[in-house]
Amino acid sequence: MQTGLKLLEVSNKLHHSVTMAEKMTSKQVNITAEQVEALFRPGEAHRDLYASQDIFRAEMQHLFRQCWLYVGHDSQVPNRGDYIATELADQPVLMVRDREEVKVFHNRCPHKGTKLVLDAAGQAGPFFRCPYHAWTFRTDGSLRSIPHPQGYDEERLHESAAGCGLSPVENLVNYRGFIFARLASQGIDFDAFFGGSLSTLDNMIDRSPEGRLSVAGPPLRYMHRCNWKMLVENQTDTCHPMVAHESSAGTVVDLWSRIGGNSKKPMAVEIYAPFLSDYSFYDKMGIRIWPNGHGHTGVTQSIHSNYSEIPGYFDQMIAAYGRERAEAILSESRHNTVFFPNIMVKGPIQSLRLFKPLAADRTLVESWIFRLDGAPDMLLERTAAYNRLINAPTSIVGHDDLEMYERAQEGLSAGGNDWVNMQRDMQADEMNFDGEKVVIGTSELQMRNQFDAWRKFMLESIQNADHKAGAGA
Amino acid sequence: MSGLADMKKKTIRNFLYVEAELLDNEGHESWLDLLTEDFLYWMPLEYGQTDDRLMTSLMHDDKLLLTVRIERLQGDRTFSQKPRSRCHHLLQRPQILSRSKEGITTRTAFHYIETRIDDQMLMAGWAEHQLVAAPKGAAQPLMIRRKTVRLMNPDAAFPNIQLIL
Ligand code: FES
Ligand SMILES: [Fe+2]
Repeated sequence: MQTGLKLLEVSNKLHHSVTMAEKMTSKQVNITAEQVEALFRPGEAHRDLYASQDIFRAEMQHLFRQCWLYVGHDSQVPNRGDYIATELADQPVLMVRDREEVKVFHNRCPHKGTKLVLDAAGQAGPFFRCPYHAWTFRTDGSLRSIPHPQGYDEERLHESAAGCGLSPVENLVNYRGFIFARLASQGIDFDAFFGGSLSTLDNMIDRSPEGRLSVAGPPLRYMHRCNWKMLVENQTDTCHPMVAHESSAGTVVDLWSRIGGNSKKPMAVEIYAPFLSDYSFYDKMGIRIWPNGHGHTGVTQSIHSNYSEIPGYFDQMIAAYGRERAEAILSESRHNTVFFPNIMVKGPIQSLRLFKPLAADRTLVESWIFRLDGAPDMLLERTAAYNRLINAPTSIVGHDDLEMYERAQEGLSAGGNDWVNMQRDMQADEMNFDGEKVVIGTSELQMRNQFDAWRKFMLESIQNADHKAGAGA
Repeated sequence: MSGLADMKKKTIRNFLYVEAELLDNEGHESWLDLLTEDFLYWMPLEYGQTDDRLMTSLMHDDKLLLTVRIERLQGDRTFSQKPRSRCHHLLQRPQILSRSKEGITTRTAFHYIETRIDDQMLMAGWAEHQLVAAPKGAAQPLMIRRKTVRLMNPDAAFPNIQLIL
């Protein structure tokens, strides 16, 4: 272990502790289809998938460019000129409300590369003005003005990259308020990519009597010294809560049994206690998978099933949807839905977690919450409580998990065994299914589903790149 | 016995130094004894945040949740505390903002360090205390009714913060 380095990193670790040089945004790595195939054996994944910075760069270059990534929610930019700054994989981008539409641009001045905006959110006015030489850009991205323009030959400028204005991320979909983008110009379309998994977003949005969500406040930001895939795998890892969270949920249950008596369980006890459910509970809760790496826990029931009712809410839902449909919407208690590669959504809690990959061993987790427009405040209060009790850097449940990820990240640098195991409930030919597939809730099928998609998108992209290189030669 | 209105500034300040000392020396059980039953600990997520209910916070703990945190630190299977974290509060002299018969409000600027193995994290901010008189015969003259910890940078991406600021 590099002790000196670690100390230095920690004292400077706020915000992005990864320097741009480490991120190597523009450095290409050459990876072959054979190298990708060598990372897998049935039910086993090679440790380089988590530990190697070269594999990480290859993921940025191939995998993340092919997938539909979450940018933000349109409630964050209600008015013309409102913007947010975020990252899509290793690319800084900004999302802005142009006239009606939401647009996404690479967050880079076309002149010399300066990031146009740094604030997580702001209001640009009618145009962006670069702070370096005051070039200005309309909210549709076009170049508006350059000070002292006599120095430029107009024709030459128009032919240059700078003359084209901001570089757009062209492939965008606004799905009921959720903005997704695909960085690669060619590739799988939105509906084919997500397939049936969109039902989780639909269910979360339908929980609003108005069919609409809005982002409630800034996200929790939690730095993890581990690979992003460990976090994503953990979302459907139902064999860890009763073990890893014994320290937190177990203490809650134990303390409440000593002092609670017959009083009504406080919200925090209601949220923590179900983590301790036994294996048979998690077995029964079920896992559903969809193609392209998406899947969720909690098909029939989940740890979110038995929260107490919020007064007035059900009546509002009946008024909006009719009884039958309202009951159908609220009877779903999907636990964690993974939208491959790096999103997790909890419908009954109205939260979205984004696992932002920063380096092979560094991931920034952003946990966002939503208000159900038109629903009682009490629901948002529970959502906010859940977020801080489970997802905050100050959360005891978070401490349990992060400890395990970081131990795994350090452990994987050990030799002697190159493989990570995910064979639980593995079946022959299990990836051959149509539309969706439901299995026992303690299966590791969803983890294998993720790696299946990982392999597929990597290989497709590598083959396309080879093809282009061949055609160009 | 004199009331809160004429309690010596030195007594009030000493109480806050004692609190920090307990937190820094694993005196957590005694620290819990300083909290009123309706105690609330709030650490906002946003600089200048005013809403502690409909927005996420870093912490919004009642006495029950703090007791959980403290019991968890000792647990046999609390692996994120194997090995243990340590902390250190460095306080500026507390300001007494207001006082009445019912209570005293103070603000204390602090630097806080939390360490574990090779990691050392430095945080800075201001702690606001609402203090009330302790019942007769208590070890300390005051009790804490509310503590609000405002970090300089609550919106930063933090690693684990495991102990109590
Ligand atoms: S870098 Fe933006 S105007 Fe020059
Ligand atoms: Fe967990």
